[in-house]
Amino acid sequence: MKRKLSVEMIENMRQEIYDTLVDPTSTHEQRVTYLARKAENMLTVLDEPEELDELLRCDIESRCICNLFEGDAPYRPRYICVDFPKFLKQGSEFLQLGPATNFAEALTNLMILYRNIPSITNYTVYIGDLDDLLDPFIKDMTDEEVKFQLKLWLTMIDRTILDSFCHADIGPKATRFGYLLMEVEAELQNAVPNLTMLVSDETEDEFLLAGVKCALKSAKPSFANDRMFRSELGDDYCVASCYNGLYKGGGSYTLSRLILSNIAKKAKDINDFKTNVLPHVMDVMARYMDERIRFLVEESGWFESSFLVKEGLVSRDKFTAMFGMVGLAECVNNLLAKEGCNERFGHSEKADALGVEIMELIDELNNKHVNKYCSCTGNHFLLHAQVGIDSDHDCSPGTRIPIGEEPDELIDHLTNINKFQKYFPSGTGDIFPIDLTVHKNPEYVLDIIKGSMSKDIRYLSFYASDSDVIRVTGYLVKKSEMEKLESGENVRQNTTGLGLGAKKNCKILDRRVR
Amino acid sequence: MADAIVNKIIPFSSVDGPGNRTAVFLQGCGFNCKYCHNPETIRTCINCAKCVNFCKSKALSFENGKVVYDSSKCIMCDECIHNCENLSSPKTCVMSPVEVMQRVKKNMPFIRGLTVSGGECTTYRDFLCELLALAKSEGLDTMLDSNGSYPFMNDERLLSVTDGVMLDVKAWDDKEHVNLTSSHNEMVKKNLEFLLKAGKLFEVRTVIVPNLFDAKDTVDKVSKMVSACSSNVRYKIIKYRDMGVRPEYKNIEPPTDEFLNELKKVAADNGLTDIVLI
Repeated sequence: MKRKLSVEMIENMRQEIYDTLVDPTSTHEQRVTYLARKAENMLTVLDEPEELDELLRCDIESRCICNLFEGDAPYRPRYICVDFPKFLKQGSEFLQLGPATNFAEALTNLMILYRNIPSITNYTVYIGDLDDLLDPFIKDMTDEEVKFQLKLWLTMIDRTILDSFCHADIGPKATRFGYLLMEVEAELQNAVPNLTMLVSDETEDEFLLAGVKCALKSAKPSFANDRMFRSELGDDYCVASCYNGLYKGGGSYTLSRLILSNIAKKAKDINDFKTNVLPHVMDVMARYMDERIRFLVEESGWFESSFLVKEGLVSRDKFTAMFGMVGLAECVNNLLAKEGCNERFGHSEKADALGVEIMELIDELNNKHVNKYCSCTGNHFLLHAQVGIDSDHDCSPGTRIPIGEEPDELIDHLTNINKFQKYFPSGTGDIFPIDLTVHKNPEYVLDIIKGSMSKDIRYLSFYASDSDVIRVTGYLVKKSEMEKLESGENVRQNTTGLGLGAKKNCKILDRRVR
Repeated sequence: MADAIVNKIIPFSSVDGPGNRTAVFLQGCGFNCKYCHNPETIRTCINCAKCVNFCKSKALSFENGKVVYDSSKCIMCDECIHNCENLSSPKTCVMSPVEVMQRVKKNMPFIRGLTVSGGECTTYRDFLCELLALAKSEGLDTMLDSNGSYPFMNDERLLSVTDGVMLDVKAWDDKEHVNLTSSHNEMVKKNLEFLLKAGKLFEVRTVIVPNLFDAKDTVDKVSKMVSACSSNVRYKIIKYRDMGVRPEYKNIEPPTDEFLNELKKVAADNGLTDIVLI
């Protein structure tokens, strides 16, 4: 069913467009992005499931599906993960660049390409496995020479890619470039790019420890379980945007999310939730995603016209889609309360067991749904524990324990996480602010990471509790920038606004310090 | 039966030795340091039951001549501890090495080792031997946090299951040591030297409290003795803080950072390379 727009709806949109034009807290680039989205939303080109409106375009308290403001006429994939090694080797006809022959050329060519990769935010969400890409170019350079150029380059990234969903990867093996990158990042303390260290048995303790020390200064890198990702996605995966496992040379068409906390409200009891309400909402969301993908692939023309496709830097058959979810904790608590039980997710075996049952069901139903454009992932979508958005209320990211309800002991928190992170090949994660005394004992964090990697824990982030750069839900912001925005000034990065909303609604500054 | 009175078990600790470790605190200590940060671990409970009246949540009761503690009702207000006239706690429990090890194993694989602290852990020597052997068989490293009053040099069995000792040297001058702890320090110094030579000293520590003892003299003498054997043993110079300290000693002033840095310089000038101010 194609949606109809009433005159009243169009008038409201005109008002929104005007408000966007004159918003003093937005920069020019931010206004342009928001205006493009509003233009897109005036189209009604998608043949949506009939039941969608009552689940998606309804009041926030009863919304069961959220499309994360992706827009109503998808004209580029949400996340694009370019094959950067190929690009450095072959250059680009479209960008009039030859193969990179030295460090300076590699940095410049990459920077040029970054600015020509679209995404849902208009900024690239993946900038490469930087150590693999750049280590070969620094053989004949001194540390000081590398760091000088790297500092300028990273500063350029932070000031021109205005969104901290931009993500770089390093590891699992130690490289000289990897060490130098972390040294520079610890010094710069920029929010962009986001950084992940892939950790495996091959990761040397010394390299991992350098990662921990860097994280306690700059809130990055985060640490990803290479063994888990590799067993699910093979060797050609990367971690992009917040923490999303996707294919290099591909990406994700789209991401919608189930709001489990609200879906639970519609159920009479646990049985009704499992047999009727959840399967129905999942079915509608899957068909909605099918239609978004169909339009993008078959009608938008992106896969025919983009130079990234023409030059083989991405290919359609390496794209999949992310089936997201939030609010498992609140969903479980709500369902148990309906049955007269006041036990809480993260604090009771019964509650966690119900959480596992729900995840098993979501996994099973997702694997029953077939989409022919997701061949790289067996024609199925990948589950994704979405990190939440600033307007989420009483709805925790993915399967996280709500802030303020974290178990007293970190071991109990990790035990809970270990039950849930395995369901999400396209990303999940948890975040721990660490007390300053640990600065004197970074091996404490190292041990927790190594233990986690030997279990089913996929992705962990740490930051020092007194740091200016902090991790909001998946992305990084500076507390000082949030303060500026709060006082009415506009700020460079889109994500600062999201962070401010999350500070107000999601209590992100109140996480239990470990 | 080599049981011990356990004051508490901290599943993850970042301040009780290398990396992340489970720290087990045993009850009872032969020293009585004025600045003790957990004076409720000094003596064992005598079942006087005075604490029962201070318990707001009815977690404590007095049954058959003994104080009984119900942890499920405890709200952690610590009123029982604050009002104990015996420097003890009603919240302890008697545990066997196997029972403690079961608790420790729950924290694996996130920990690299086990630290037993106190009180003074060597009060329970047989318990330690068994517990540390169990920990080592699970691949954990083992550390003891000790006040140095126990003659380690005579206990091969305990040393064989102990990877390292974190030794407190409270004061170098014996008179000052007696004033500070009510005990002599001859054995502490012997242990410092012995453990250094045996390669079993992981760390030596001194809490710096202005006016209670000559901190410069202590840091100077300790660092000289350490550097004579090994320059890479860590010396942790700890700033006195009033957390947990008994009310009668609460008015002690913490040292300035400037003074701590002076002490660090003393230790560095004596050849130590791993000096941590905390």
